[in-house]
Amino acid sequence: MSAATFQGAADTEPRRWRFGPLWLAAPGLAFLTVFFVVPVARLLGLSVQDLDAGTWSGEHYARIVDTSVYFRVLLGTFRISGLTALLSLLFGYPLAYWLAQLPERTRGKAVLFVMVPFWTSYLVKTFAWMVILGQKGVINQILAGTGLPSLPLLHNEFGVMAGMVHAMLPLAVLTMLPVMTTIDRRLVDAAGTLGASPVNSFWLVYFQLSLPGVAAAGLLTFISSLGFFIVPALLGGPQQTMLAQLIIAQIQEMLNWAFAGALSTFMLVAALVTCWVYDRMFGLSTLSGEGSGRAGSAQGRLRAAGMRLLAALAKGSTTLGGAAGRVVGPRAMAWLLPLYSAAVIVFLVAPALVVVPIAFTSSPFLDFPPPGYSLNWFRVYFESDVWVGATVRSFGVAFATAILATVVAGLAALALARSTSRWRGAIFAFFLAPMIVPRIVFAVGLFYLFAQIGLVATDIGLVIGHTVLALPFAFIAISAVVKGHDWRLDQAAATLGANRFKTLMLVTVPLIRGGLVAAFLFAFITSFDELSVAIFVGGGVKTTLPKQMWDDMILQLNPTLAAVSFVVFVIVMALLLIAERLRRPAR
Amino acid sequence: MLATHGTAQSIQSRSAAPVAAPKLQVDDLTKRYGSFTALQPTRLDVPAGEFLTLLGPSGSGKTTLLQMICGLVEPSGGRILIDGKDETRTPVHKRDIGLVFQHYALFPHLTVAENIGFPLRMRGMAAAEVEARTRGALDMVHLGHLGGRFPKELSGGQQQRVALARCFVYQPSIILMDEPLGALDKKLREHMQQEIKRLHRETGATIVYVTHDQEEALAMSDRICLMNHARIEQIGTPHEIYARPKTAFAADFIGVSNIFRGRVQRDAHGTPVLVTSDGSFRLTGEALPDQDEASLVVRPEQLDLDGEGDNEVSGEVVDTVYAGSETRVLVALGGGTTVTVRLRRGLAPPLPGDRVAVRWRAEAGVLVS
Repeated sequence: MSAATFQGAADTEPRRWRFGPLWLAAPGLAFLTVFFVVPVARLLGLSVQDLDAGTWSGEHYARIVDTSVYFRVLLGTFRISGLTALLSLLFGYPLAYWLAQLPERTRGKAVLFVMVPFWTSYLVKTFAWMVILGQKGVINQILAGTGLPSLPLLHNEFGVMAGMVHAMLPLAVLTMLPVMTTIDRRLVDAAGTLGASPVNSFWLVYFQLSLPGVAAAGLLTFISSLGFFIVPALLGGPQQTMLAQLIIAQIQEMLNWAFAGALSTFMLVAALVTCWVYDRMFGLSTLSGEGSGRAGSAQGRLRAAGMRLLAALAKGSTTLGGAAGRVVGPRAMAWLLPLYSAAVIVFLVAPALVVVPIAFTSSPFLDFPPPGYSLNWFRVYFESDVWVGATVRSFGVAFATAILATVVAGLAALALARSTSRWRGAIFAFFLAPMIVPRIVFAVGLFYLFAQIGLVATDIGLVIGHTVLALPFAFIAISAVVKGHDWRLDQAAATLGANRFKTLMLVTVPLIRGGLVAAFLFAFITSFDELSVAIFVGGGVKTTLPKQMWDDMILQLNPTLAAVSFVVFVIVMALLLIAERLRRPAR
Repeated sequence: MLATHGTAQSIQSRSAAPVAAPKLQVDDLTKRYGSFTALQPTRLDVPAGEFLTLLGPSGSGKTTLLQMICGLVEPSGGRILIDGKDETRTPVHKRDIGLVFQHYALFPHLTVAENIGFPLRMRGMAAAEVEARTRGALDMVHLGHLGGRFPKELSGGQQQRVALARCFVYQPSIILMDEPLGALDKKLREHMQQEIKRLHRETGATIVYVTHDQEEALAMSDRICLMNHARIEQIGTPHEIYARPKTAFAADFIGVSNIFRGRVQRDAHGTPVLVTSDGSFRLTGEALPDQDEASLVVRPEQLDLDGEGDNEVSGEVVDTVYAGSETRVLVALGGGTTVTVRLRRGLAPPLPGDRVAVRWRAEAGVLVS
């Protein structure tokens, strides 16, 4: 309403150039169009062109469907992604439920146990799993110590699923949590007073109200899994090859752009179809925690079937819960949820911690526990020109990315907060789009564009690519703070004689400072941990820290990687804690 | 007569059904959170069919008491009996109680009809009967045509009706209402007060109603239970509480009161008087013992400007307040008190600065400790 008042006031000013608030989003829109939409669209275009003949052609798609190897990878990718999403929801829901019912203060602290693994570098996490699951890894060494035979845990389906679920679980929990915390607890009380048992209250009221969050979490984990290549490449075997790996191979080994484009199209279409289905059912706005989606139609057959299903679930869990309650007793039942939540948190946090002792090992191997301790591997790290160069470049690129992303996203967030335009929703979704398009698709498209305009193997190219990927995170961080901003303060400043620029600099920016700093840090972390763009756009010359880690991990595991992982982990955690502290709106 | 002792007992025996046990008995019920006491040990009997209001400022313990009765809050001590049966430890969903929430607590994912049918389905009722009863309840609150809508598509008043229907539909033996009209504007609130009273009349339900609005309490209740500082201050019919408050708090919280604080003494004739900074006022009937601190309560409509009365005090008009149906005159007295006087019909309002004499009959005053 305040925005409307403000606009009304602006409209009455005579003959002044109208600088509508939406114009502030223009730089971001232009940036995303040139460096995100165009590259992706052109890559898709490539896939239906016959470059030699200059005509349209569907031959690449025919080849995918006809070649059983490719088709198997396609199906395998969907299967692993679907399974990952499903398991992340199953394991994550009780944890999110437990977090949601904690008192707000405690919750803020407990959520950090999910935030830490969420922001921990995928490479660090995957490295940790290799150390834990390997032939001579932590688990097998423990088994050997107790005289048990060793288990094949790595380079198979189990290894991939462990790594994938571990990578996606935090995202699932962090997506479900905001929806759950906004569920009015009095509705559950109300169900109780109306005669619903706790089990019925949960399934028929709470669970149904949490469904938009569950669906959003399923959507995001599924889409993110589709484009994954780090985990299947390092933890899986040939049977678990995923689409993104094929795309990388097509570009790096075959230089077959068109075929890579066709594979990318499959991935992108799968992601977009999932989004479309989600949007039909819940509305995309739920993704950003913008509140509930649309009201379902009361007569829908789907809805009736869903209700019957939930009623059956309620009945089933009443029987099950009753039986369990009789076995372990009601007091133990009350402890089940906290105990379960603690177990999941250990699963999330422990792997990264395993890396720490190995970083300080005196052995040249990845023994666990280390035979002795030393700083050898940190010395190797800091004396290596390759590692130091990669580290310096990563810092520089991340810093530039953070500044660029914060400015562009900040302007856009301000624009959308002040605007009442009907384009608002569309622009909002547009800024979140880099989160939904699989990174690998974007990275390949950007590579193709940069190859033509000479930005491959440049730091600027890296900064541009990373900024596109960091924009959604920065945008969400700033939007959250701007949403709580009291625009009457800006009006007050105007009545007191401040012009628009002074109002922005002296009133608005200081008040949303927390969101700006958080956006800066999230953008920094995003860039610091980015691999897809680095693989292609870095061009093998401009190596970043994740790219160097990736190369080493493919070649051979060594304790230097543990030392690097430790440093990356500490830096990212420090930034994260600062960002989290500042993200809460100033009181 | 001075209301120096309670009349609650006599009222209780009047409105209760003969001999039958009360519908709801609250027996020394207590709630403590650590060192904070949300409710002192409290006793309360509610006869079947009564409309009882728990009235008090926020933090007076009324909502705590209500939540313990319905089972959402576990008591620290004491018992709750329904129809003579101890229900203190019965879980909330097994108590035969209905609760209308302050913000309605309608399930946003269910339609209006599904909301109303919810308690019936929870009781395992057959689909056909659920539908028939739901339709009946919808008609009862005049929303027959809106069963297929979702709650957020309704206005505040309509949502309130749905909440009422959802509660009345399964005929719980006691209905609790937690400031159900708090979110509505004044006009709609008055209309809904009438609706709730009609439902009470038609169903004969026993209702415990929580509000902090004293006008609402006076207009709706059979009895009012006035609460303050985590305990019951006074129980009685609206008229008793208004006309015979037992404490200065009761007098001050309900209606507009003029309160003179002073000390009880005897005048030259041996008549008890209250000596205050504004003068000495005659008391009637049994007075408190001499030298006791006490307050004399006189309602604005009992005071008269330049009229009859055996107590008199003079002062200066500060302001006149026109409130449509009546005009009030604020008079500053010599001792520093400002009293509110309701202007007698047909009298021209005095001007600020006018000196006036304020009089009242000694019987009109109520002495409270």
